[in-house]
Amino acid sequence: MMTEEKEIICIGCPIGCKVVGIFNAQKLIDIKGYQCERGREYAIKEFTNPVRVLSTTVRIEGAMVPLLPVKTTGPIPKKMLFRCMKFLAQVVVYAPVKMGDVIVKDILGTGVDVVATRTLERMERKI
Amino acid sequence: MSMEYVDVAVIGGGPAGMAAAVAAKENGAERVMIIERDRGLGGILQQCIHPGFGLHYFKEELTGPEYAERFIRKVEELGIETKLDTMVLDIDKSRKIHYVNPEEGVGYLEAGAVVLAMGCRERTRGAINIPGTRPAGIFTAGTAQRLINMDGLIPGRKLVILGSGDVGLIMARRFTLEGAEVKAVVEIMPYPNGLARNIMQCLIDFDIPLLLSHTVTRIFGKERVEGVEISQVDENFNPIPGTEEYIECDTLLLSVGLIPENELSEKAGVELDPVTNGPVVDEFRQTSLEGIFAAGNVLQVHDLVDDVSKEAEITGRSAALYAKGELRAREILMKAIPGENVRYVVPQILRRGDGHVEFFMRVTKPMERVKLVIRNSDVSFKRLFARPGEMMKVKLRESHFKRLKGKKEIIFDIVEDDD
Repeated sequence: MMTEEKEIICIGCPIGCKVVGIFNAQKLIDIKGYQCERGREYAIKEFTNPVRVLSTTVRIEGAMVPLLPVKTTGPIPKKMLFRCMKFLAQVVVYAPVKMGDVIVKDILGTGVDVVATRTLERMERKI
Repeated sequence: MSMEYVDVAVIGGGPAGMAAAVAAKENGAERVMIIERDRGLGGILQQCIHPGFGLHYFKEELTGPEYAERFIRKVEELGIETKLDTMVLDIDKSRKIHYVNPEEGVGYLEAGAVVLAMGCRERTRGAINIPGTRPAGIFTAGTAQRLINMDGLIPGRKLVILGSGDVGLIMARRFTLEGAEVKAVVEIMPYPNGLARNIMQCLIDFDIPLLLSHTVTRIFGKERVEGVEISQVDENFNPIPGTEEYIECDTLLLSVGLIPENELSEKAGVELDPVTNGPVVDEFRQTSLEGIFAAGNVLQVHDLVDDVSKEAEITGRSAALYAKGELRAREILMKAIPGENVRYVVPQILRRGDGHVEFFMRVTKPMERVKLVIRNSDVSFKRLFARPGEMMKVKLRESHFKRLKGKKEIIFDIVEDDD
């Protein structure tokens, strides 16, 4: 039987256990190295459908700085990260913006919104 | 001419300064003023746009700007005054502050108590002496972070990162997401320096190799970086001849440590700890100069901003009490000394030695299943692990202090637990 191994570090707590997933034909068949139930659950998710919160910036006009920091309100599939980055590279917003304002609703059909993580007042930028 | 007086003056408007100012105000200081060099409050948090902050302090996961904004709101609500775009030039023993800004020019301020909260700075190429040419394209990780996240500039397309500290790891991910290629993260130690979750989510996620026990031994390029040579190092961190490898890149990022920024403290005559590079403080976070206190990375480089906020609360409260004349001068009761496998302990001095005091320390090497023991006493604590990259904390309570009574020194040893 051809099996393949992938290693991750559990991020459930600061211990940071090394967990190994064993795959057969892309299917997860065994997990080794976790030390608690939470770790096991995390590892299963990580090996089958990994998700991440994305934080980045979008362009802003009329504020003290040229960029507004943003984040997804929840985790999105890891494989969507780069597509979301490309999408957000096209977005421009205008000051003022309040922290928590929705910048993109339901980004690329993930069901997750992108919100501002900083309040930026309207202001002419001094060079 | 009478000089403007504030009860508590806070030098620096980052997380430590804001938390100290808030605590000072909440503990009865009437006029509290933050003096900040940047255009706005928040300090380094404003460029740390990634999540991972506040899990302990706010019990929820926030990005840097969100964490900052919570404190900025408190500062505003409490009527704490701010002087932005203002650089402090000098502080003296009598707590007179000499500053400069574009509006007032040079100004003076007198303070009942001063809180030092200037944070830290990054170590640069000069501090680690990498041979080679001096081309453009060598940045500290934090500078690159500010350029990408606040100024909208990408400083390079093909990178090597030296040092596996958290800022370096975070930047490996950030550059990758922005379309650049991170060829490797190179770490001289045999273990990674950053938090496990950052190794996972910033390197493994993007298949970025982490080369342990390696360092950059030469930089190539005339106008711009064209590549670097890396070598494996032996147990004394000396490069091993014959292991050299060339990596083509246009940028080298340095994430090789942080140094508390104590130029002002030193000029004022504050005693510094040669290991932490920060002021020697007592349990009130008072420095060797009466009425001058310290908090945050100026005192010791922290891993988590949550710890900074907590520490700064102690500092801010103490500063308020001092300004009101309620924190009287005391002799040194005992000293906290780093013992076996411990690099440093903060606070270094106890003046009261009662109630409960939390000590922060760092170990010299990674260890599993350890016991923290106060030498020649029956006070000990167990921990699952100890790592140089993660500050260790231990709280001594009234009952411990009773058992330590009469000691002039308390020596902290961290040893493998045999039981």
